[in-house]
Amino acid sequence: MLEFSLWDILSNLLLAARWTVALSVIAFVAGGVAGLLVLFARVAPVPPLQGAAKLYIELFQGTPLLMQLFIAFFALPLAGIETSPWTSAAVALTLFTSAYLAEIWRGCVEAVPKGQWEASSSLAMNFGEQMRWVVLPQALRIAVPPTVGFSVQVVKGTAVTSIIGFAEVTKVGTAITNATFQPFLVYGLVGLIYFALCYPLSLSAKALERKLHAAR
Amino acid sequence: MAYTFDFSSLWDYAPVLVHGVATTVGLTVAGTVLGVGIGIAGAAARSSGNRPLRIAVGAYVELIRNTPFLVQLFFIFFGLPSLGIRMPEWAAAILAMVINLGAYSTEIIRAGIDATPKGQVEAGASLGMTGPQIFRYIILGPAMGKIWPALSSQIVIVMLGSSVCSQIATEELSFAANFIQSRNFRPFEAYFLATALYLALAVGVRWLLARMGHRMFMKGAARA
Repeated sequence: MLEFSLWDILSNLLLAARWTVALSVIAFVAGGVAGLLVLFARVAPVPPLQGAAKLYIELFQGTPLLMQLFIAFFALPLAGIETSPWTSAAVALTLFTSAYLAEIWRGCVEAVPKGQWEASSSLAMNFGEQMRWVVLPQALRIAVPPTVGFSVQVVKGTAVTSIIGFAEVTKVGTAITNATFQPFLVYGLVGLIYFALCYPLSLSAKALERKLHAAR
Repeated sequence: MAYTFDFSSLWDYAPVLVHGVATTVGLTVAGTVLGVGIGIAGAAARSSGNRPLRIAVGAYVELIRNTPFLVQLFFIFFGLPSLGIRMPEWAAAILAMVINLGAYSTEIIRAGIDATPKGQVEAGASLGMTGPQIFRYIILGPAMGKIWPALSSQIVIVMLGSSVCSQIATEELSFAANFIQSRNFRPFEAYFLATALYLALAVGVRWLLARMGHRMFMKGAARA
């Protein structure tokens, strides 16, 4: 039987952690772009658009990420799109992230005083111009800390993609456990790797929040 | 290739789905009651004068909030037996949910406690109330009222997160969907239905918690 040293285990987990990081970055960036579109629909003065955005957010916040992943994994092929665990994971996590970010950012947009909207519309600005020049710059300031805080949820969300077979750190941890029969050690290390990824994000979200409150 | 959807074959599995929904609800109720209990104790500890206790609770909160629930679950179910701690899968699922929600609700309830005006605590002390009495009658009630919406969202998140408990063979709703699609080979339909059921559960739980919050906290506020 093969013997695995602690270093063998740790180095393999760290190699797999690259994919956790890659998937997190893709989901966060693509989800941010998509989330901005959903945000525009959510706050636009067009009721059908608002309703659609609301439904979209409700669907993704009211169902488990695991189910979203399974549906992406099994439904995309029905539409004739070839899927791999990679693409399904990236698609599902992007949509999941976009819904949460849109909802977080909506709160930030609504925190901008109403007079700002009225003043800018009295200057004959249209909705796009109001968002671009008046509302978003002010909303952005308060949006940064909760956005950084949410990135922790994205990183942790990638763990669920192991279930549809995406070989990130949890999946590789399971594979190593099956070979070494040391679940306590391996899952402990997996947890520490996630902690090392997430804790700095949590800390910086907290620091940013403190800075924002001090600035006010 | 045109795919024909067939939801009718799911009818035969209605008992499986009912069992799954009941298990998910059971896990959520147990996890919520015990988890919020830990949250209250944790929040009390974090705002107590005992420094080592505060640091220990802080470490617990950060450790849990910065690692995925799935890994916590695997650690409890697969890792702990090597220390001689064995438990059935449903107990591991509940334990993981309690530990997870306990950490989040500690942080949420602590925010409510921090928002209590200092004068109220002093007023309680001047009436000769003891520390526990002040905590129970002056601090905790208004704090819970303030953070109830945040706590409700977290409870819904934990319920939805319990779907990964199927990975240790807890027979909850997503386990039922896995089981069905392995029998009728219609994964899309099975997962679609399970997702719809989760959505209904989330909406229902949110509604129920909002009503509970209204009854528990708004009545007193209206009188005051």
